[in-house]
Amino acid sequence: MALIAEHLALEVDRVPYLDDVSFTLERGRLHTLIGRTLAGKTTLLRTIAGLQGIDRGTLDLDGRSFLNRPIWERDVAMVYEQFINYPHLSVIDNVAFPLRRRGLSKDVARERARAVLDRVSLSGFDARRPSQLSGGQQQRVALARALARNADVLLLDEPLANLDYKLREQMREELRGLFSDQGGSIVLYTTTEPNEAMTLGDVVLVMHEGRLVQMGPPDEVFDRPATAAVAGIVNDPAMNIVDGAIEDGVIRLDAAWSLPLAPHMRGLALGPFRFGMRAIELELGDSDDVVGTVTFSEVSGSETFIHVDTGFGPLVIQIKGVHAFPLGATVPVAIDQDKLFVFGPDDRLVAAP
Amino acid sequence: MAQISLKGVGHTYAGKGQGGAWALNPLDLVWEDGRTYALLGPSGCGKTTMLNIISGLVRPSQGRVLFDDRDVTDIATAKRNIAQVFQFPVIYGSMTVYDNLAFPLVCRKWPRERIMQKVSEVADVLDLGRELRLPARALTAAEKQLISLGRGLVREDVTALLMDEPLTVIDPQFKFLLRRKLREIIERFNLTVVYVTHDQNEAMTFADEVVVMNEGRVIQRGSPEELFEKPRTTYVGYFIGSPAMNLFTATTNGPALLFGGSRLVSAYDIATLPPGKVQVGVRPEYLELVSGPGENTLAASVTGTLDQGGVRVVALSVAGQPARLSIPRDRNVPSGDVLVRLPADKIRVYVEGELAPARA
Repeated sequence: MALIAEHLALEVDRVPYLDDVSFTLERGRLHTLIGRTLAGKTTLLRTIAGLQGIDRGTLDLDGRSFLNRPIWERDVAMVYEQFINYPHLSVIDNVAFPLRRRGLSKDVARERARAVLDRVSLSGFDARRPSQLSGGQQQRVALARALARNADVLLLDEPLANLDYKLREQMREELRGLFSDQGGSIVLYTTTEPNEAMTLGDVVLVMHEGRLVQMGPPDEVFDRPATAAVAGIVNDPAMNIVDGAIEDGVIRLDAAWSLPLAPHMRGLALGPFRFGMRAIELELGDSDDVVGTVTFSEVSGSETFIHVDTGFGPLVIQIKGVHAFPLGATVPVAIDQDKLFVFGPDDRLVAAP
Repeated sequence: MAQISLKGVGHTYAGKGQGGAWALNPLDLVWEDGRTYALLGPSGCGKTTMLNIISGLVRPSQGRVLFDDRDVTDIATAKRNIAQVFQFPVIYGSMTVYDNLAFPLVCRKWPRERIMQKVSEVADVLDLGRELRLPARALTAAEKQLISLGRGLVREDVTALLMDEPLTVIDPQFKFLLRRKLREIIERFNLTVVYVTHDQNEAMTFADEVVVMNEGRVIQRGSPEELFEKPRTTYVGYFIGSPAMNLFTATTNGPALLFGGSRLVSAYDIATLPPGKVQVGVRPEYLELVSGPGENTLAASVTGTLDQGGVRVVALSVAGQPARLSIPRDRNVPSGDVLVRLPADKIRVYVEGELAPARA
């Protein structure tokens, strides 16, 4: 019982929108699909929904071809980034609408709608119109409508992207619980935010430039990113990637700077490599450390991201709390070689801490 | 640039004396010369009203607006020499980038040579030097916002730069670049900036000082660090920072602050507070998991974990009250019964939602 894609491909004006994408999505699991803007996430969702034709490939649901089925015969529910509801219907009828279309009586449809509205914390709002709700509540209505259908396939395209960050924080936690009751559906949820993908997903899919570059449990994707690109995408801020080399017993980052080789790098041949450092694992060091010049400093939630230039390229350092760093100031950056990821010149992971 | 003072300024859209609610409650506020301020709050909090009073688009129902010592309350927007950047780029689409930037100077009848020099100087700073001959409509949204800003920068008599959610229409991947560019420009030109936003991160990133508003009032004004460390109300503690500040209901009894059967050590003179219920705030970043009993250490149980990638957020029940604690990824996630410490210097005490004065 699964949705199986094999070799999906789509090119538009010679740009690959989907490039040989294959996967198996199982019922009852929440799949998060992470990638930057234009990675192919929405194209993939539209392909599954039947809104987008493709050049090649197959897509089967429970052993039957899905691609040849017209939209109206695919049992797919979709939630978009924009809050899309029926403006002329009350909240309860917005949610009951697809159930009514399926032939349920008004009373039964409303009863089921009411139960789902309760799950998305919208009980008591039955009679309101969508325009009388806040953005977060409007998106809950859209979500409730999709959940109420118990569709074969539930697709969510960056549903939290248009909510402010306090609401996103709250919804992230709620969603996890919501989908756990959706045992029969295949759920695919796209996002550009690493912590959303990590928090929600049983399985994380990573897309980059039209290709599915990695798929696996959140821990695996986060701790063993297949490529430097994946490491960039699944970390917020993106993992720092620095070109360097392994020389006799040292990691050389530039002419002036080297670090001792860490145990996990011992099997590697000498030569050029790319080194990945998580922003959260860099620290402000002391006078023995690399000197960075602050180019920008930004606050994200309860963290400060300090952007610095060093002799071997730009780095971002993440520190706890809110702090001010004037542009142009110099700060020492402590790099722990035991925490470095190593990628080959072809960008593939060759050693991880 | 100038210092901007609001003296007793208040505004109601219903008209004074007609019982209309204050969109902006009367207040005194000084915006110092050369500093960057963020005006932060949810929609409807009065922040845009405040901005429009400064620019002159709204005449306040009461009070005076001063630019340095000059009373501008009755002076039209056009004569206040304000540069403004709005949510959507305001540019002349059919004109070239050059003509857009030159327009304010042409209006002021500057000689051509001087205009050319000034426009190319500003275009360099904005990284628009190569686009000068292009029609403005051909540029990206981020570049168009820079043109809007540039039209303010070419003038040498600008009193202040006002920005109203300028990143709204910018694609997420360019937001960071534009944010960094704006920051550079603000520092380089030493501008007095008032930046309106509902986005906490943007406010905290941009501003020397953040003015938090809610329901027509200024709730707190301070550096980003102050807002984070010493939120003046429990609302600010929730609104700033993610996850929000933990708040526990505790009791005062004489000099003792009691929570979960323990007497908490803090930087407050508890005896001076009204006896009864208070709230104890501790940020999730400052709660500590410890292995043995000690000062301010309480029994807790783990109720869940959120894996956010670089950090894990642990949900706890501390003396029956919910709390969050964030731990780095390389630490083991605890389960079952644990001990947590509330560091005495990180405890904030709130009486009816307002921060109590700490010991001097």
